Amino acid sequence: MLSLSNVSVRNTLNDLTLTVKSDEFVLIVGANGAGKTTLFNVISGEIKPRSGKILFKNMDITDTPQHKRTKWIASVLQDPRLGTVGEMTILENLSLAYIRNGYKKLTGSTIAFFKDKLRILEMNLENRLYEQTRNLSGGQRQALSLIMATITDYDLLLLDEITASLDPKNSSMVMKIAEKIVALEKKACMLITHNTKHIESFGSRILEMRNGGLVQVS
Amino acid sequence: MISGQELITIVNVGLIFGIAAVGIYITFRTVNFADLTCDGSFVTGAAISSMLIKSGGNPYIAMAASLLAGGLSGAVTGFLNVKLKITDLLAGIVVAFMLYSVNLRIMNDSPNITFIDDITIFTNNNLSVTVLVILMPLVLGLIFLLSSGFGLKLRATGYNKKFASTSGINVGAMTVAGVVISNALVAFAGSLFSQYQGFCDISQGTGTLVTGLTAVVLGEKILPFKKAPLAILSCMLGAVLYRTVIYIALHSNTFGIRTQDLNLITGIVIILTIIIKRKREQNA
Repeated sequence: MLSLSNVSVRNTLNDLTLTVKSDEFVLIVGANGAGKTTLFNVISGEIKPRSGKILFKNMDITDTPQHKRTKWIASVLQDPRLGTVGEMTILENLSLAYIRNGYKKLTGSTIAFFKDKLRILEMNLENRLYEQTRNLSGGQRQALSLIMATITDYDLLLLDEITASLDPKNSSMVMKIAEKIVALEKKACMLITHNTKHIESFGSRILEMRNGGLVQVS
Repeated sequence: MISGQELITIVNVGLIFGIAAVGIYITFRTVNFADLTCDGSFVTGAAISSMLIKSGGNPYIAMAASLLAGGLSGAVTGFLNVKLKITDLLAGIVVAFMLYSVNLRIMNDSPNITFIDDITIFTNNNLSVTVLVILMPLVLGLIFLLSSGFGLKLRATGYNKKFASTSGINVGAMTVAGVVISNALVAFAGSLFSQYQGFCDISQGTGTLVTGLTAVVLGEKILPFKKAPLAILSCMLGAVLYRTVIYIALHSNTFGIRTQDLNLITGIVIILTIIIKRKREQNA
């Protein structure tokens, strides 16, 4: 589904080649500064590679801007403050995520749909729709980011060290939610992590970032 | 101290400036773009209306033309920032600077135009009624716009650009849209103000930003609406209050304040409001 061929980015990625299938779970590990986030930025469209090609469902998306790629590629970032807008309510945040692929009318049934989604988290957020997101804890905001990223259609989910800025308790909670969502959605997912526990629980394919390229670990 | 008639005039002029304040609210608060184009686009709006009205044109068409011209100047600023990567401050300053020449061209090389005898929207109409008739649909339209999906995207762009771009929002397009809407409103206010006064002056726009921003900050103090659509009402109220304060300050002999002191007072008001706001936030 996704394929990167000979992608290079100044000082980080070096002739990198990668293929991800449509229901595959890929773990990316590697030292700090190895270029894991850069790889995600190239896939999401935030960074344009200096050379190489990115194909998605056989379309060449190398020059497709980031805001157009969000139709297929959903992301959750490291910092919970970047995944949600603190100055907006939970409902407004969800609405923004909901209209990501094009304007849709918000009705009573949409709100019921949002509440159903939030119930997955078991955090009582479904009863706090009109509260500003900044009142939530880091873990809650990250959990909300996960719901937002997956609330509309997508084909590939990018999770970039989504627990890095959380304490151990929140970290394992968010990871459990991520596992739950990934299991429910059955779509392609790439996860960057440092945590060896994640490697055990998600299993499947593990790649290590080394010298600007990817090496199969298991 | 103020007669009823005077108060009505102050409120109406305040509301006209309130439209410019809403424009400034949209750049400074909604898309987070420090736009200084407005000092120029206010005059552009006034100049276009004045010329059209002086040549016997329909004042309502003149207002529409001002709205478009203001939007166009905003588009130039937005383009300079988004496409040519010039910082927001500099882009606005440069466009306002260039608009000075453009405005003089529009005004046929004359630094001021008088059209007191020509037909404006205020001719044969009650001032308050006219202002309300124009204001009501404008405010309702803006409230609707800001509460729509488009409005959400506009605000998300201002709050968090990184979030916006990972959420399928075209950050560049939204920024330009914000600056366009803002300057269209400012030019519209310019058109209304020049019609109310019956003349247009090349330096009429100086201080639009500072007075508008003062109105925004004052409005946020009195009606601290968290919801962006309702904040439009705060801007309007802030502008009226600002006008009233200035009127009282200038017309009371007790303080010994003169017209020349206007900029000094405005500056002090805006500085004080910002300091008080920050102190409150620190204590909260």
